[in-house]
Amino acid sequence: MSASQRQETEGYGHRRWVKSTHFIITLSFLVLTVSGYVILMSHPRLYWGKAGNDLTPALFELPVSRNYHHGGWEKSVPFKNLTGKQVSAVRTYDIFNENGWGRSTHFLGAWFLVATGLVYLIAGFFSGHFRYKLAPKKGEFNFKALWADFRSHFRKKTYYPGKYGVLQKFSYLFVIFFLFPIVILTGFTMSPAITASYPILLKIFFGHQSARTIHFFSSVLLVLFLVVHVIMITVAGFRRNLRAITFGK
Amino acid sequence: MKEKRLMDRRKAIFTGLTSAGALLLSGCLKKAPPTYGNILRMGDGLTYLAQRGLLSQRALAMEYQKSDITSFPVTDIGNPADPASKNAYSKTYQELQSNNFKDWSLSIEGSVKKPGKYTMDALKKIGERTQITRHTCEEGWSAIAEWTGVPLGAVLTDAGILPGARYVSLYGFDRYAESIDMLDAFHPQTILAHTMNGESLPARNGAPLRLRVETQIGYKSVKFLQRIVVTDKFVDPNSDITGGWSWYTGI
Repeated sequence: MSASQRQETEGYGHRRWVKSTHFIITLSFLVLTVSGYVILMSHPRLYWGKAGNDLTPALFELPVSRNYHHGGWEKSVPFKNLTGKQVSAVRTYDIFNENGWGRSTHFLGAWFLVATGLVYLIAGFFSGHFRYKLAPKKGEFNFKALWADFRSHFRKKTYYPGKYGVLQKFSYLFVIFFLFPIVILTGFTMSPAITASYPILLKIFFGHQSARTIHFFSSVLLVLFLVVHVIMITVAGFRRNLRAITFGK
Repeated sequence: MKEKRLMDRRKAIFTGLTSAGALLLSGCLKKAPPTYGNILRMGDGLTYLAQRGLLSQRALAMEYQKSDITSFPVTDIGNPADPASKNAYSKTYQELQSNNFKDWSLSIEGSVKKPGKYTMDALKKIGERTQITRHTCEEGWSAIAEWTGVPLGAVLTDAGILPGARYVSLYGFDRYAESIDMLDAFHPQTILAHTMNGESLPARNGAPLRLRVETQIGYKSVKFLQRIVVTDKFVDPNSDITGGWSWYTGI
Protein backbone atom coordinates (compact mmCIF):
# COMPACT_ATOMS: atom_id res chain seq x y z
CA MET A 1 0.00 0.00 0.00
CA SER A 2 1.49 3.34 -1.04
CA ALA A 3 1.61 6.31 1.30
CA SER A 4 -1.11 8.20 -0.53
CA GLN A 5 -3.42 5.21 -0.45
CA ARG A 6 -2.86 4.77 3.24
CA GLN A 7 -3.70 8.40 3.80
CA GLU A 8 -6.89 7.93 1.83
CA THR A 9 -8.22 5.15 4.03
CA GLU A 10 -6.92 6.46 7.30
CA GLY A 11 -9.61 7.54 9.69
CA TYR A 12 -12.52 6.41 7.53
CA GLY A 13 -12.46 2.69 8.24
CA HIS A 14 -15.55 1.61 10.10
CA ARG A 15 -15.39 -0.11 13.47
CA ARG A 16 -14.96 -3.84 13.43
CA TRP A 17 -18.47 -4.68 14.68
CA VAL A 18 -19.98 -2.29 12.15
CA LYS A 19 -18.09 -4.08 9.38
CA SER A 20 -19.04 -7.60 10.41
CA THR A 21 -22.71 -6.84 11.09
CA HIS A 22 -22.89 -4.88 7.82
CA PHE A 23 -21.41 -7.87 5.96
CA ILE A 24 -23.81 -10.46 7.44
CA ILE A 25 -26.85 -8.19 7.06
CA THR A 26 -25.95 -7.46 3.42
CA LEU A 27 -25.64 -11.18 2.64
CA SER A 28 -28.88 -12.08 4.45
CA PHE A 29 -30.69 -9.22 2.74
CA LEU A 30 -29.64 -10.51 -0.68
CA VAL A 31 -30.72 -14.06 0.25
CA LEU A 32 -34.04 -12.71 1.56
CA THR A 33 -34.65 -10.64 -1.58
CA VAL A 34 -34.06 -13.54 -3.95
CA SER A 35 -36.04 -16.10 -1.91
CA GLY A 36 -38.79 -13.54 -1.25
CA TYR A 37 -39.13 -13.03 -4.99
CA VAL A 38 -39.35 -16.81 -5.50
CA ILE A 39 -42.13 -16.98 -2.87
CA LEU A 40 -43.96 -14.07 -4.53
CA MET A 41 -43.77 -15.91 -7.88
CA SER A 42 -45.96 -18.74 -6.61
CA HIS A 43 -48.78 -16.30 -5.81
CA PRO A 44 -48.14 -12.93 -7.48
CA ARG A 45 -51.44 -11.44 -6.29
CA LEU A 46 -51.64 -8.97 -3.42
CA TYR A 47 -54.68 -8.12 -1.34
CA TRP A 48 -55.82 -5.84 1.42
CA GLY A 49 -57.57 -7.27 4.49
CA LYS A 50 -57.80 -10.37 6.64
CA ALA A 51 -57.65 -12.97 3.87
CA GLY A 52 -57.43 -13.16 0.08
CA ASN A 53 -57.11 -15.78 -2.64
CA ASP A 54 -57.72 -16.47 -6.33
CA LEU A 55 -61.48 -16.45 -5.74
CA THR A 56 -61.52 -13.04 -4.06
CA PRO A 57 -60.68 -9.65 -5.61
CA ALA A 58 -57.00 -8.67 -5.62
CA LEU A 59 -55.50 -5.26 -4.96
CA PHE A 60 -53.20 -5.88 -7.93
CA GLU A 61 -51.34 -8.66 -9.70
CA LEU A 62 -47.70 -8.75 -10.72
CA PRO A 63 -46.63 -10.30 -14.03
CA VAL A 64 -43.78 -12.28 -12.45
CA SER A 65 -44.51 -15.94 -13.16
CA ARG A 66 -46.83 -18.17 -15.14
CA ASN A 67 -49.18 -18.00 -12.14
CA TYR A 68 -49.93 -14.40 -13.18
CA HIS A 69 -53.49 -14.24 -14.48
CA HIS A 70 -54.15 -17.66 -13.00
CA GLY A 71 -55.21 -20.41 -15.36
CA GLY A 72 -58.13 -22.78 -15.21
CA TRP A 73 -60.61 -23.41 -12.42
CA GLU A 74 -63.49 -25.83 -12.25
CA LYS A 75 -67.00 -24.42 -12.02
CA SER A 76 -67.36 -22.69 -8.67
CA VAL A 77 -69.79 -24.09 -6.12
CA PRO A 78 -71.46 -21.73 -3.62
CA PHE A 79 -71.52 -22.62 0.08
CA LYS A 80 -75.23 -23.18 0.49
CA ASN A 81 -75.58 -22.14 4.12
CA LEU A 82 -73.83 -18.82 3.73
CA THR A 83 -75.78 -15.69 2.90
CA GLY A 84 -72.93 -14.11 0.94
CA LYS A 85 -71.47 -15.00 -2.42
CA GLN A 86 -68.66 -17.18 -1.09
CA VAL A 87 -67.77 -20.10 -3.33
CA SER A 88 -65.38 -22.99 -3.54
CA ALA A 89 -63.58 -23.92 -6.77
CA VAL A 90 -60.95 -26.45 -7.75
CA ARG A 91 -57.75 -25.36 -9.48
CA THR A 92 -57.10 -27.34 -12.65
CA TYR A 93 -53.63 -26.20 -13.68
CA ASP A 94 -50.15 -26.83 -12.38
CA ILE A 95 -48.67 -23.73 -10.81
CA PHE A 96 -45.07 -22.57 -10.53
CA ASN A 97 -44.13 -23.35 -6.93
CA GLU A 98 -40.57 -23.46 -5.60
CA ASN A 99 -41.58 -22.66 -2.04
CA GLY A 100 -40.04 -25.82 -0.59
CA TRP A 101 -36.58 -24.30 -0.69
CA GLY A 102 -37.86 -20.75 -1.21
CA ARG A 103 -39.59 -20.53 2.15
CA SER A 104 -36.91 -22.31 4.17
CA THR A 105 -34.16 -20.22 2.56
CA HIS A 106 -36.17 -17.09 3.37
CA PHE A 107 -36.51 -18.06 7.03
CA LEU A 108 -32.85 -19.06 7.32
CA GLY A 109 -31.89 -15.66 5.92
CA ALA A 110 -34.35 -14.05 8.33
CA TRP A 111 -32.68 -15.80 11.30
CA PHE A 112 -29.31 -14.32 10.32
CA LEU A 113 -30.84 -10.90 9.69
CA VAL A 114 -32.75 -10.75 12.98
CA ALA A 115 -29.89 -12.13 15.12
CA THR A 116 -27.29 -9.83 13.54
CA GLY A 117 -29.72 -6.93 13.55
CA LEU A 118 -30.15 -7.31 17.31
CA VAL A 119 -26.37 -7.37 17.84
CA TYR A 120 -26.12 -4.24 15.67
CA LEU A 121 -28.85 -2.43 17.63
CA ILE A 122 -27.34 -3.27 21.02
CA ALA A 123 -23.81 -2.36 19.93
CA GLY A 124 -25.10 0.78 18.23
CA PHE A 125 -26.81 2.04 21.36
CA PHE A 126 -24.07 1.21 23.83
CA SER A 127 -21.07 2.27 21.75
CA GLY A 128 -22.58 5.66 21.02
CA HIS A 129 -22.56 4.88 17.28
CA PHE A 130 -26.18 5.95 16.91
CA ARG A 131 -25.77 9.02 19.11
CA TYR A 132 -22.59 10.39 17.56
CA LYS A 133 -22.72 9.20 13.97
CA LEU A 134 -26.38 8.77 13.05
CA ALA A 135 -28.45 11.14 15.21
CA PRO A 136 -28.93 14.50 13.48
CA LYS A 137 -26.92 17.27 15.12
CA LYS A 138 -28.36 20.59 16.21
CA GLY A 139 -29.07 22.69 13.17
CA GLU A 140 -29.32 19.66 10.89
CA PHE A 141 -32.89 18.93 11.76
CA ASN A 142 -34.57 21.51 9.58
CA PHE A 143 -35.84 21.84 6.07
CA LYS A 144 -33.14 24.31 5.01
CA ALA A 145 -30.30 21.95 5.91
CA LEU A 146 -32.03 19.03 4.20
CA TRP A 147 -32.66 21.07 1.07
CA ALA A 148 -29.08 22.29 0.97
CA ASP A 149 -27.82 18.74 1.35
CA PHE A 150 -30.23 17.54 -1.33
CA ARG A 151 -28.99 20.19 -3.79
CA SER A 152 -25.39 19.48 -3.04
CA HIS A 153 -25.94 15.90 -4.26
CA PHE A 154 -26.32 17.27 -7.78
CA ARG A 155 -23.14 19.31 -7.58
CA LYS A 156 -20.92 16.41 -6.66
CA LYS A 157 -20.17 17.93 -3.27
CA THR A 158 -21.46 14.94 -1.40
CA TYR A 159 -18.29 13.81 0.29
CA TYR A 160 -18.10 14.37 4.03
CA PRO A 161 -14.85 12.92 5.32
CA GLY A 162 -15.45 10.79 8.41
CA LYS A 163 -19.05 11.78 8.95
CA TYR A 164 -22.46 11.31 7.36
CA GLY A 165 -24.48 13.93 5.50
CA VAL A 166 -27.92 14.95 6.73
CA LEU A 167 -29.88 13.09 4.06
CA GLN A 168 -27.59 10.12 4.50
CA LYS A 169 -28.34 10.11 8.24
CA PHE A 170 -32.07 10.33 7.67
CA SER A 171 -32.12 7.54 5.11
CA TYR A 172 -30.02 5.27 7.38
CA LEU A 173 -32.27 6.01 10.36
CA PHE A 174 -35.37 5.38 8.24
CA VAL A 175 -33.99 2.02 7.08
CA ILE A 176 -32.72 0.89 10.50
CA PHE A 177 -35.57 2.06 12.72
CA PHE A 178 -38.55 1.95 10.35
CA LEU A 179 -38.21 -0.23 7.24
CA PHE A 180 -36.38 -3.18 8.79
CA PRO A 181 -38.68 -3.37 11.86
CA ILE A 182 -41.75 -3.14 9.59
CA VAL A 183 -40.52 -5.80 7.20
CA ILE A 184 -39.68 -8.16 10.10
CA LEU A 185 -42.94 -7.56 11.97
CA THR A 186 -45.10 -7.98 8.85
CA GLY A 187 -43.17 -11.20 8.23
CA PHE A 188 -44.15 -12.37 11.72
CA THR A 189 -47.75 -11.35 11.00
CA MET A 190 -47.92 -13.95 8.23
CA SER A 191 -47.03 -16.73 10.68
CA PRO A 192 -50.00 -18.67 12.10
CA ALA A 193 -48.08 -19.73 15.23
CA ILE A 194 -46.67 -16.27 16.05
CA THR A 195 -50.01 -14.50 15.54
CA ALA A 196 -51.71 -17.06 17.81
CA SER A 197 -49.45 -15.81 20.62
CA TYR A 198 -49.42 -12.17 19.46
CA PRO A 199 -52.78 -11.48 17.78
CA ILE A 200 -52.06 -7.76 18.15
CA LEU A 201 -49.84 -8.06 15.04
CA LEU A 202 -52.92 -8.85 12.95
CA LYS A 203 -54.57 -5.69 14.33
CA ILE A 204 -51.55 -3.41 13.77
CA PHE A 205 -51.14 -4.48 10.13
CA PHE A 206 -54.88 -4.79 9.27
CA GLY A 207 -54.86 -8.57 8.78
CA HIS A 208 -52.86 -11.36 7.18
CA GLN A 209 -53.06 -10.22 3.56
CA SER A 210 -52.52 -6.54 4.39
CA ALA A 211 -49.38 -7.57 6.26
CA ARG A 212 -48.24 -9.48 3.17
CA THR A 213 -48.83 -6.41 1.00
CA ILE A 214 -47.00 -4.11 3.45
CA HIS A 215 -44.17 -6.68 3.58
CA PHE A 216 -43.95 -6.48 -0.22
CA PHE A 217 -43.85 -2.68 -0.37
CA SER A 218 -41.34 -2.31 2.44
CA SER A 219 -39.05 -4.82 0.76
CA VAL A 220 -39.36 -2.84 -2.50
CA LEU A 221 -38.31 0.29 -0.57
CA LEU A 222 -35.37 -1.62 0.94
CA VAL A 223 -34.22 -2.71 -2.51
CA LEU A 224 -34.55 0.90 -3.70
CA PHE A 225 -32.46 1.97 -0.73
CA LEU A 226 -29.83 -0.62 -1.70
CA VAL A 227 -29.71 0.73 -5.26
CA VAL A 228 -29.35 4.36 -4.14
CA HIS A 229 -26.84 3.31 -1.45
CA VAL A 230 -24.63 1.61 -4.04
CA ILE A 231 -24.94 4.57 -6.44
CA MET A 232 -23.91 7.04 -3.71
CA ILE A 233 -20.98 4.86 -2.71
CA THR A 234 -19.85 4.66 -6.30
CA VAL A 235 -20.13 8.43 -6.77
CA ALA A 236 -18.26 9.12 -3.53
CA GLY A 237 -15.46 6.68 -4.34
CA PHE A 238 -16.31 3.04 -4.67
CA ARG A 239 -12.87 1.62 -3.87
CA ARG A 240 -12.28 3.74 -0.80
CA ASN A 241 -15.76 3.14 0.61
CA LEU A 242 -15.56 -0.58 -0.04
CA ARG A 243 -12.21 -0.72 1.76
CA ALA A 244 -13.64 1.21 4.67
CA ILE A 245 -16.54 -1.22 5.16
CA THR A 246 -14.45 -4.38 4.60
CA PHE A 247 -10.71 -4.49 5.28
CA GLY A 248 -9.83 -0.81 5.68
CA LYS A 249 -8.16 0.17 8.94
CA MET B 1 6.15 -6.69 31.56
CA LYS B 2 2.94 -8.24 30.37
CA GLU B 3 2.29 -11.65 31.75
CA LYS B 4 1.81 -14.28 29.09
CA ARG B 5 -1.19 -16.44 29.70
CA LEU B 6 -2.75 -19.25 27.78
CA MET B 7 -6.07 -17.49 28.00
CA ASP B 8 -7.13 -14.13 29.34
CA ARG B 9 -10.36 -13.57 31.20
CA ARG B 10 -12.31 -12.23 28.28
CA LYS B 11 -11.30 -15.15 26.12
CA ALA B 12 -12.22 -17.60 28.88
CA ILE B 13 -15.71 -16.12 29.28
CA PHE B 14 -16.24 -16.07 25.54
CA THR B 15 -15.05 -19.65 25.04
CA GLY B 16 -17.12 -20.84 28.00
CA LEU B 17 -20.29 -19.20 26.72
CA THR B 18 -19.82 -20.50 23.19
CA SER B 19 -19.24 -24.07 24.33
CA ALA B 20 -22.21 -23.91 26.69
CA GLY B 21 -24.31 -22.57 23.81
CA ALA B 22 -23.11 -25.30 21.47
CA LEU B 23 -23.86 -28.00 24.05
CA LEU B 24 -27.34 -26.58 24.68
CA LEU B 25 -28.02 -26.31 20.97
CA SER B 26 -26.93 -29.85 20.19
CA GLY B 27 -29.04 -31.11 23.10
CA CYS B 28 -32.05 -29.15 21.89
CA LEU B 29 -31.63 -30.20 18.28
CA LYS B 30 -32.24 -33.78 19.32
CA LYS B 31 -35.82 -32.70 19.97
CA ALA B 32 -36.14 -31.26 16.48
CA PRO B 33 -36.92 -33.38 13.40
CA PRO B 34 -33.95 -34.86 11.52
CA THR B 35 -32.11 -32.57 9.09
CA TYR B 36 -30.03 -35.09 7.13
CA GLY B 37 -27.27 -32.49 7.15
CA ASN B 38 -29.30 -30.05 5.05
CA ILE B 39 -28.74 -26.45 6.14
CA LEU B 40 -32.30 -25.43 5.19
CA ARG B 41 -33.72 -28.16 7.42
CA MET B 42 -31.44 -26.95 10.24
CA GLY B 43 -33.03 -23.53 9.87
CA ASP B 44 -36.49 -25.16 9.96
CA GLY B 45 -35.40 -27.05 13.12
CA LEU B 46 -34.28 -23.81 14.74
CA THR B 47 -37.62 -22.20 13.89
CA TYR B 48 -39.45 -25.20 15.38
CA LEU B 49 -37.46 -25.05 18.63
CA ALA B 50 -37.72 -21.26 18.88
CA GLN B 51 -41.48 -21.27 18.30
CA ARG B 52 -41.94 -24.10 20.78
CA GLY B 53 -39.72 -22.36 23.32
CA LEU B 54 -40.78 -18.74 22.95
CA LEU B 55 -44.48 -18.86 22.06
CA SER B 56 -47.45 -19.86 24.14
CA GLN B 57 -48.47 -23.37 23.10
CA ARG B 58 -52.06 -22.93 24.28
CA ALA B 59 -52.71 -19.55 22.65
CA LEU B 60 -55.58 -19.69 20.19
CA ALA B 61 -55.25 -18.63 16.58
CA MET B 62 -57.41 -15.62 15.69
CA GLU B 63 -61.09 -16.50 15.36
CA TYR B 64 -63.18 -14.40 12.99
CA GLN B 65 -66.78 -13.26 12.55
CA LYS B 66 -69.26 -14.95 10.19
CA SER B 67 -69.09 -11.83 8.00
CA ASP B 68 -65.33 -12.42 7.49
CA ILE B 69 -65.84 -15.78 5.75
CA THR B 70 -64.32 -15.78 2.24
CA SER B 71 -64.37 -17.96 -0.84
CA PHE B 72 -62.18 -21.03 -0.53
CA PRO B 73 -60.00 -22.39 -3.35
CA VAL B 74 -59.11 -26.09 -3.55
CA THR B 75 -55.51 -26.50 -4.65
CA ASP B 76 -54.60 -29.98 -3.38
CA ILE B 77 -52.98 -32.93 -5.15
CA GLY B 78 -56.16 -34.39 -6.63
CA ASN B 79 -59.58 -35.93 -6.19
CA PRO B 80 -59.42 -39.40 -4.57
CA ALA B 81 -62.84 -40.25 -6.07
CA ASP B 82 -61.73 -39.55 -9.64
CA PRO B 83 -59.77 -42.26 -11.52
CA ALA B 84 -58.32 -39.47 -13.68
CA SER B 85 -56.42 -38.17 -10.60
CA LYS B 86 -53.64 -40.72 -10.97
CA ASN B 87 -51.71 -40.32 -7.74
CA ALA B 88 -54.61 -39.37 -5.51
CA TYR B 89 -57.22 -41.88 -6.75
CA SER B 90 -58.44 -44.55 -4.33
CA LYS B 91 -60.99 -47.15 -5.36
CA THR B 92 -61.97 -47.68 -1.72
CA TYR B 93 -62.64 -43.97 -1.35
CA GLN B 94 -64.71 -43.85 -4.53
CA GLU B 95 -66.89 -46.69 -3.21
CA LEU B 96 -67.27 -45.04 0.21
CA GLN B 97 -68.27 -41.79 -1.44
CA SER B 98 -70.83 -43.46 -3.73
CA ASN B 99 -72.52 -44.72 -0.56
CA ASN B 100 -72.42 -41.25 0.99
CA PHE B 101 -69.69 -42.44 3.44
CA LYS B 102 -72.12 -44.66 5.38
CA ASP B 103 -69.42 -47.36 5.61
CA TRP B 104 -66.60 -44.94 6.36
CA SER B 105 -64.71 -45.16 9.63
CA LEU B 106 -61.51 -43.69 11.01
CA SER B 107 -58.85 -46.14 12.10
CA ILE B 108 -56.71 -45.21 15.12
CA GLU B 109 -53.53 -47.23 15.50
CA GLY B 110 -50.12 -47.24 17.13
CA SER B 111 -49.21 -46.22 20.68
CA VAL B 112 -52.79 -46.22 22.03
CA LYS B 113 -54.47 -48.42 24.63
CA LYS B 114 -57.46 -49.24 22.45
CA PRO B 115 -56.66 -49.12 18.77
CA GLY B 116 -59.68 -49.51 16.55
CA LYS B 117 -62.15 -47.97 14.18
CA TYR B 118 -64.35 -44.97 14.94
CA THR B 119 -67.51 -44.36 12.95
CA MET B 120 -68.63 -40.78 12.33
CA ASP B 121 -71.33 -41.13 15.01
CA ALA B 122 -68.81 -42.45 17.53
CA LEU B 123 -66.46 -39.53 16.78
CA LYS B 124 -69.24 -36.96 17.08
CA LYS B 125 -70.08 -38.29 20.55
CA ILE B 126 -66.55 -37.53 21.79
CA GLY B 127 -66.82 -33.78 21.47
CA GLU B 128 -67.50 -30.79 19.27
CA ARG B 129 -65.90 -27.45 18.56
CA THR B 130 -66.89 -24.76 16.05
CA GLN B 131 -64.38 -22.13 14.96
CA ILE B 132 -64.10 -19.50 12.25
CA THR B 133 -60.44 -19.53 11.36
CA ARG B 134 -58.00 -18.59 8.62
CA HIS B 135 -56.40 -21.16 6.36
CA THR B 136 -52.93 -19.89 5.42
CA CYS B 137 -51.45 -21.54 2.33
CA GLU B 138 -47.69 -21.71 1.75
CA GLU B 139 -48.38 -20.34 -1.75
CA GLY B 140 -49.31 -17.00 -0.20
CA TRP B 141 -53.10 -16.92 -0.23
CA SER B 142 -55.46 -17.26 2.72
CA ALA B 143 -59.14 -18.04 3.22
CA ILE B 144 -61.53 -17.86 6.16
CA ALA B 145 -64.15 -20.54 6.88
CA GLU B 146 -66.24 -21.89 9.72
CA TRP B 147 -65.29 -25.40 10.78
CA THR B 148 -67.06 -27.79 13.14
CA GLY B 149 -65.35 -30.93 14.28
CA VAL B 150 -64.08 -33.16 17.04
CA PRO B 151 -61.00 -31.96 18.95
CA LEU B 152 -58.15 -34.32 18.02
CA GLY B 153 -56.91 -34.24 21.62
CA ALA B 154 -60.25 -35.60 22.84
CA VAL B 155 -60.15 -38.41 20.27
CA LEU B 156 -56.61 -39.32 21.30
CA THR B 157 -57.59 -39.25 24.98
CA ASP B 158 -60.53 -41.52 24.20
CA ALA B 159 -58.21 -43.97 22.45
CA GLY B 160 -55.85 -43.66 25.42
CA ILE B 161 -52.39 -42.63 24.25
CA LEU B 162 -49.51 -44.49 25.88
CA PRO B 163 -46.88 -42.61 27.93
CA GLY B 164 -44.16 -42.85 25.27
CA ALA B 165 -46.32 -41.39 22.48
CA ARG B 166 -44.91 -38.21 20.92
CA TYR B 167 -46.17 -37.80 17.36
CA VAL B 168 -49.44 -38.24 15.49
CA SER B 169 -49.49 -39.16 11.80
CA LEU B 170 -52.65 -38.59 9.77
CA TYR B 171 -53.19 -40.40 6.48
CA GLY B 172 -55.67 -39.35 3.80
CA PHE B 173 -57.31 -41.46 1.08
CA ASP B 174 -55.56 -39.26 -1.50
CA ARG B 175 -52.22 -40.76 -0.32
CA TYR B 176 -51.33 -37.49 1.32
CA ALA B 177 -50.20 -37.63 4.93
CA GLU B 178 -48.65 -35.42 7.59
CA SER B 179 -47.47 -35.79 11.16
CA ILE B 180 -47.69 -33.30 14.02
CA ASP B 181 -46.25 -33.31 17.53
CA MET B 182 -48.37 -33.81 20.68
CA LEU B 183 -48.42 -30.05 21.40
CA ASP B 184 -50.22 -29.33 18.14
CA ALA B 185 -52.30 -32.53 18.40
CA PHE B 186 -53.66 -31.37 21.77
CA HIS B 187 -54.02 -27.71 20.79
CA PRO B 188 -57.66 -26.77 21.50
CA GLN B 189 -58.23 -25.64 17.89
CA THR B 190 -56.76 -28.76 16.30
CA ILE B 191 -59.91 -30.53 15.21
CA LEU B 192 -61.07 -33.30 12.91
CA ALA B 193 -63.60 -31.27 10.94
CA HIS B 194 -66.76 -32.83 9.51
CA THR B 195 -68.64 -29.60 8.82
CA MET B 196 -67.59 -26.55 6.81
CA ASN B 197 -69.60 -23.32 6.69
CA GLY B 198 -72.59 -25.13 8.17
CA GLU B 199 -72.78 -27.99 5.66
CA SER B 200 -71.21 -31.41 5.86
CA LEU B 201 -67.67 -31.18 4.49
CA PRO B 202 -67.97 -30.72 0.68
CA ALA B 203 -66.31 -33.42 -1.44
CA ARG B 204 -63.24 -31.49 -2.55
CA ASN B 205 -62.69 -29.84 0.83
CA GLY B 206 -61.83 -33.24 2.28
CA ALA B 207 -65.04 -35.23 2.85
CA PRO B 208 -65.99 -36.85 5.10
CA LEU B 209 -63.39 -35.76 7.67
CA ARG B 210 -60.29 -33.57 7.55
CA LEU B 211 -57.72 -32.22 9.92
CA ARG B 212 -57.51 -28.54 10.87
CA VAL B 213 -54.22 -27.39 12.45
CA GLU B 214 -54.76 -23.66 12.92
CA THR B 215 -51.28 -22.88 14.23
CA GLN B 216 -49.52 -24.15 11.12
CA ILE B 217 -49.54 -23.55 7.36
CA GLY B 218 -52.35 -25.18 5.34
CA TYR B 219 -50.49 -28.19 4.00
CA LYS B 220 -50.44 -29.80 7.45
CA SER B 221 -54.26 -30.04 7.44
CA VAL B 222 -54.71 -33.46 5.81
CA LYS B 223 -57.99 -34.06 3.92
CA PHE B 224 -60.05 -37.23 3.27
CA LEU B 225 -58.90 -38.84 6.53
CA GLN B 226 -58.49 -42.62 6.57
CA ARG B 227 -56.33 -43.42 9.58
CA ILE B 228 -54.38 -41.93 12.44
CA VAL B 229 -51.21 -43.52 13.77
CA VAL B 230 -49.74 -42.50 17.13
CA THR B 231 -45.96 -43.05 17.33
CA ASP B 232 -43.19 -42.78 19.92
CA LYS B 233 -40.58 -41.93 17.30
CA PHE B 234 -40.58 -39.18 14.73
CA VAL B 235 -42.10 -40.20 11.41
CA ASP B 236 -42.51 -38.04 8.33
CA PRO B 237 -45.21 -39.92 6.41
CA ASN B 238 -45.28 -37.55 3.44
CA SER B 239 -41.46 -37.32 3.29
CA ASP B 240 -41.67 -33.54 3.68
CA ILE B 241 -38.08 -33.35 4.84
CA THR B 242 -36.42 -35.57 2.24
CA GLY B 243 -38.75 -34.04 -0.37
CA GLY B 244 -37.29 -30.61 0.31
CA TRP B 245 -40.07 -29.11 2.45
CA SER B 246 -40.26 -28.03 6.04
CA TRP B 247 -41.98 -30.50 8.37
CA TYR B 248 -42.89 -27.80 10.86
CA THR B 249 -44.73 -24.83 9.38
CA GLY B 250 -45.59 -22.45 12.20
CA ILE B 251 -44.42 -19.69 9.83
